[in-house]
Amino acid sequence: MTAADSSSNTSPACGDCVLNNASNLRKLGVDPAGHDIVTAVAGNPNTGKSTVFNALTGLRRHVGNWSGKTVDRAEGSFEYRRRRYKLVDLPGTYSLLSTSHDEDIARDFLLFGRPDVTVVVVDATRLERNLNLVLQILQITDRVVCALNLVDEAERNGLTVDSRHLTRELGVPVVPMTARRGTGMTELLEAVEQVTSGAITTRGKRVQHRDNRVEQAVSRLAERIEGKFPGVVNTRWIALRLLEGDPSVERAVADGTLGELSTAAVIAASSDGNTT
Amino acid sequence: MSTTLDRLHRGQTATVTALELEGAERRRLMDMGLLVGTTVSVDRVSPLGDPTAYRVRDGLLVLRRGQAHLVHVDLPEGDPT
Ligand SMILES: Nc1nc2c(ncn2[C@@H]2O[C@H](COP(=O)(O)OP(=O)(O)OP(=O)(O)O)[C@@H](O)[C@H]2O)c(=O)[nH]1
Ligand SMILES: [Mg+2]
Repeated sequence: MTAADSSSNTSPACGDCVLNNASNLRKLGVDPAGHDIVTAVAGNPNTGKSTVFNALTGLRRHVGNWSGKTVDRAEGSFEYRRRRYKLVDLPGTYSLLSTSHDEDIARDFLLFGRPDVTVVVVDATRLERNLNLVLQILQITDRVVCALNLVDEAERNGLTVDSRHLTRELGVPVVPMTARRGTGMTELLEAVEQVTSGAITTRGKRVQHRDNRVEQAVSRLAERIEGKFPGVVNTRWIALRLLEGDPSVERAVADGTLGELSTAAVIAASSDGNTT
Repeated sequence: MSTTLDRLHRGQTATVTALELEGAERRRLMDMGLLVGTTVSVDRVSPLGDPTAYRVRDGLLVLRRGQAHLVHVDLPEGDPT
């Protein structure tokens, strides 16, 4: 334990983890003061998002298998290398495209909450399935760090993931970790710091539209959405959904809730009165 | 041999050849990793035979019989159904 770790006693499970040796970290729990960097924690269900969130904030958000399923959004704070972060723990989601009700919360925040960086926690034992969401998120932002969690489970199953290769493939840092033991947490913080400070430039893997006409249609439509809903972000993503005929996005555009959605997500993201 | 997912028995493995579903339901299955070319096996069948849990890309995917019926698969030769 370090003196700087003021709230470590709220997280006894992490009493001997690496974090407490990293005096650069100050867990701030729920801190009403202003925050600099909004960090979203996203990922498939049950991959360890809340475990990561708790380890960094010192809070004790319920963690568990199925019963401990996260269905709403929680916020907490920490300071690392003298920069303040607000962490937003999101419900698990498989996709930004086909969402169930719980998943809408995660999708809306990732798309319209304007996080400064998104940590996508993935299950190393189910990498293929998990990468779907990672790739979807990389289509809307480059500011991503991939936390390759449950490495202990993967090892138990005789699996080794080449995280360097994956980093090159995805174009964003991939940090192997075992969140339950606190392993890899410092490396995760370093990666988040480097991405948000611009120390490293990420270039997330983007899907290319083979047909130029799709590209033109997306651009034209995105422009019109911007005109109709000034300030709305990710208009290209919205345009693609309209071209696909996604009924929920069609509805949001038709009845104007798209504009409100964006504002709502941003207001919620800065509910402490600090605007991003 | 060409068949549909609902006709597989426990332990059988097949390859997806087509998804007959449309819209959000099709998208959902694809997001869960079920694409043309994906290998699927029957993991568990609930007592009444519906729904069934399938193993897809190391994860489980639970489908109702009606949905599974719309997923076309190819069974390797010599695998009796
Ligand atoms: N073996 C192992 N288990 C872990 C690790 N990280 C988290 N877990 C466990 O995985 C389970 C789920 O953890 P959570 O942190 O609740 O996962 P989550 O992603 O927040 O789950 P949802 O919010 O429901 O999507 C808990 O039982 C954790 O203790 C890890 O690195 N290794
Ligand atoms: Mg959670």
